[in-house]
Amino acid sequence: MTTIAPEKVEVGKSWLGESVPRKEDRRLTQGQGVFVDDVKRHGMGYLHFVRSPYAHAHITSIDVSKAEEIKGVYGTLTGEEVATLTDPFFQIASEPGGQIKDFSLAVGKVRFVGEPVVAVVAETRELARDASELVEVEYEPLPALVDARQALDGAAPVLHDDAGGNLMWEGVYEWGDLDQAFAEADHVVKIPELHFHRFNSTPLECDGALVEFNRGTGQWTIHTNNQFPGFAAIMMGPAMRCGLDKLRFVTQDIGGGFGNKITSHPQLVVCCLLSRKLNRPIQWTEWRTDFHMSMSHGNERWFQDTEVAVKADGTLLGFRTKALDDAGAWLRYEPLGGVIWAQVTPGMYRWRHIRVDFTQVATNKAPVSPNRGYSRMQHLWFTERVIDIVARELELDPVEVRKRNYIRVEDMPYETPNGCVYDSGDYAQMLDIALGLIGWSSMDDKRRDAESRGKRLGVGIGSTLDSGTNNFGQSRLINPELQFSGNNEVATVKLDIFGEIVVTLGTTPQGQGHETTAAQVVAEILNCSVDDVHVRAGHDSYWNSHAGFSGTYASQFAVTGLSAVKGATEMLREEIKRLASAVFGGVPVEALELAEGGVRIKDNPEAFLPFMACGAIINANNAGLPEDLGVTLNCRYVYRPPFQVPDVERKFGNLTLTYATQIHVAVIEVDPETGYYEIVDYAAVDDCGKRINPQIVEGQVMGATAQAIGAAMHETFEYDEDGNLLTPNFYDYHVPHALDMPPLHTGAMESPSPFTPLGTKGMGEGGGAGIHAICAAVQDATGKIVTDSHNPYHRVWELMR
Amino acid sequence: MDVAVTVNGTPYEREVEARKLLIHFLRDDLDLTGSHIGCDTGNCGACSVILDGKLVKSCMLLAVQADGSEIETVEGLADGDKLTELQQAFTEHHALQCGYCTPGMLMSATALLRENASPSDEDIRKALQGNICRCTGYWNIVEAVKSVAR
Repeated sequence: MTTIAPEKVEVGKSWLGESVPRKEDRRLTQGQGVFVDDVKRHGMGYLHFVRSPYAHAHITSIDVSKAEEIKGVYGTLTGEEVATLTDPFFQIASEPGGQIKDFSLAVGKVRFVGEPVVAVVAETRELARDASELVEVEYEPLPALVDARQALDGAAPVLHDDAGGNLMWEGVYEWGDLDQAFAEADHVVKIPELHFHRFNSTPLECDGALVEFNRGTGQWTIHTNNQFPGFAAIMMGPAMRCGLDKLRFVTQDIGGGFGNKITSHPQLVVCCLLSRKLNRPIQWTEWRTDFHMSMSHGNERWFQDTEVAVKADGTLLGFRTKALDDAGAWLRYEPLGGVIWAQVTPGMYRWRHIRVDFTQVATNKAPVSPNRGYSRMQHLWFTERVIDIVARELELDPVEVRKRNYIRVEDMPYETPNGCVYDSGDYAQMLDIALGLIGWSSMDDKRRDAESRGKRLGVGIGSTLDSGTNNFGQSRLINPELQFSGNNEVATVKLDIFGEIVVTLGTTPQGQGHETTAAQVVAEILNCSVDDVHVRAGHDSYWNSHAGFSGTYASQFAVTGLSAVKGATEMLREEIKRLASAVFGGVPVEALELAEGGVRIKDNPEAFLPFMACGAIINANNAGLPEDLGVTLNCRYVYRPPFQVPDVERKFGNLTLTYATQIHVAVIEVDPETGYYEIVDYAAVDDCGKRINPQIVEGQVMGATAQAIGAAMHETFEYDEDGNLLTPNFYDYHVPHALDMPPLHTGAMESPSPFTPLGTKGMGEGGGAGIHAICAAVQDATGKIVTDSHNPYHRVWELMR
Repeated sequence: MDVAVTVNGTPYEREVEARKLLIHFLRDDLDLTGSHIGCDTGNCGACSVILDGKLVKSCMLLAVQADGSEIETVEGLADGDKLTELQQAFTEHHALQCGYCTPGMLMSATALLRENASPSDEDIRKALQGNICRCTGYWNIVEAVKSVAR
């Protein structure tokens, strides 16, 4: 493992840019974390879901009586009850997807294998599972639709009659002048079909909740690992016909999320209804098989009839393609995937003429929802695939084609054809760094060496634009009726009575180290040690101040979360100075500074008021303070990024604030006899602007790389023609283990964002780069065009036949 | 059925259903929630504990099979507030992110280091092969274990 990083410029002591050890680690290395399944309550009932064995069927009858007769079974909940007690979930989609009726249990019909049909609650998990076997559900099977490409055929089975067919959403995105681009082109490269496969990040901890209902106040307390409680709340409240103050979300530690834990709101509703019905706490922990069958698959996408306009020298002018997105059976976060990709419309390249006909359909498979790199990963994989296919067709060097077309450092900030603004970065230099790390200059020797051993060597490049800090106004491109726009995050920083510095965040971290990086920002501003800063672990919507878009998702904490922390801490610093000014008898605040755990007069450091005194004065000893002091030492700040509502007609506007970048290069050796291949060398170079904690950033780069390797080589949610998932557990769904990891070199650049208060960019989702790097390496090694994002050994073998 | 075990030096006696898994016994009956569950198939290793000196996945044993045994879990590693060298190394090398796999990783690595105080990279990777981590890509975990090898 080698690492290269920018040289540190020492300008006095700064906490920003230091790899300080994580505050979270002390509890987590001792088994003292509190994950959702660790939360227990007296008399709680364990919930188990009866799930559909069919991909598509009418439910003709449900009989729970035998299950309910068993001693120790507390009760059940059926779809019929759910349809009475709740309203369908709010739909993000306009027509026709907006017409579907989505409840938290299947009502009348099942639409994928593993869909929850009945919930059973019992004294123990084992009993709940056994009793579920006694629930009698009669089905009338229907033909299953598993291939999205057949969804719009007249003969295809229709999932949602309410929507009048399987079309959920469609839209045409067109910018520039396609006719002109194709008229100017020396070559038109045609790519009939590319396929981005279905997988997700399979966080090691599955979904879960412990839900208590307070009959006296009508409030639910939902201990859960949902990673975006703000979204869950706006889905659940209207469905459950209650105000959001009745839904209290509590998390401490979350065992990985990667976007996959955003859409557990249906299961949480079931827990809420049962805690009220049965008058006891409800404990639900999803089994691994349940997770694979029913939760948060990544969007499967086809790109059909792609045409690329290219000049003879490899200059790219534009492209048109038809994107077909498979949403699975329900729109739980969709059809947002139909617009999120547009944050990175041109990928890394300067082409200006682009048309994407986007269609999203329903199929009898698990519902999709965000997965690390959500929707951009598919599109960036596509643009990178186009580069390598064009290079091959024109017999050009993929490195040269990239460098000829990359958006250049002097173009930054760069406005894309659809109005997004790439904030900073030097892609060509990043590529050079990555190529240097894998020994590009001696690659010919390595090829010959591999050949001498009967192997074929391949090198591939991939890139990710980790667009972060969403402008939620982009949802209006999907549905102009939606009243969402902008973004926000909140933090509070206070000085308590004994001088404790206490921070709360609106976020729900899952391993990103928020407690640590937030403390670094606070320590920097208050000129104290990170050890003096106490960041409350986890999130409790009763006690943590939170804003409409609070949560941990979509690469934004380094911008939204830390900017909120910065704002609140600066407020606190000014209040401390105002207080000290009063205490010191009217010394001007400009004459004061914070140092060594207190505030002092710059020219007279002896005049020193420790934080403990400040906290004590305001909280417990405040007689005689000026009436107009306006100091509470408890400061709340909401960071709101500078966004406008996008132009819905032109589908034009800035959809995200920052663009962290990763470039990955993979070197593989393929055995031509078997298709077996190994990654023999690998480089990942990251530029996320100013890095607050480089070690945490590098950790994210590594994790994204590992997930990319898994997705490219092994991981797939594959279905048979009847809609049975063939990979419902970790036996069949192979995630990489320690022996699967290649040698890794990491590199870093820092191109600070001009648009964010700290120069930071959100990051962490760089895995798409790796998926493409491996595809491109397979293409290089085999000499065959790679059209699929998933290339297990047998597919490589088939390619070479 | 009655089960008597010693966990991290503390004796426990409980009556359990015959079919209860050891991991559920540790977590639910003894409230030792440091060991985790990440799969239903014995693949992920989040539940790894040391039973009578041998590394086991506690989801692959029934609680009753552990009757009479001595079990070590992640809660027993540190000496009061003093972390083991390995726990400290996990922090220093950023070998954990969400921390969910960490208890199992620590137990697997502890078992390895007791058997082989000077493991090679390959030995370490083999020893951790039965533990899945979805956050780190393992590189830093291997580095952490290597850093405490003699």
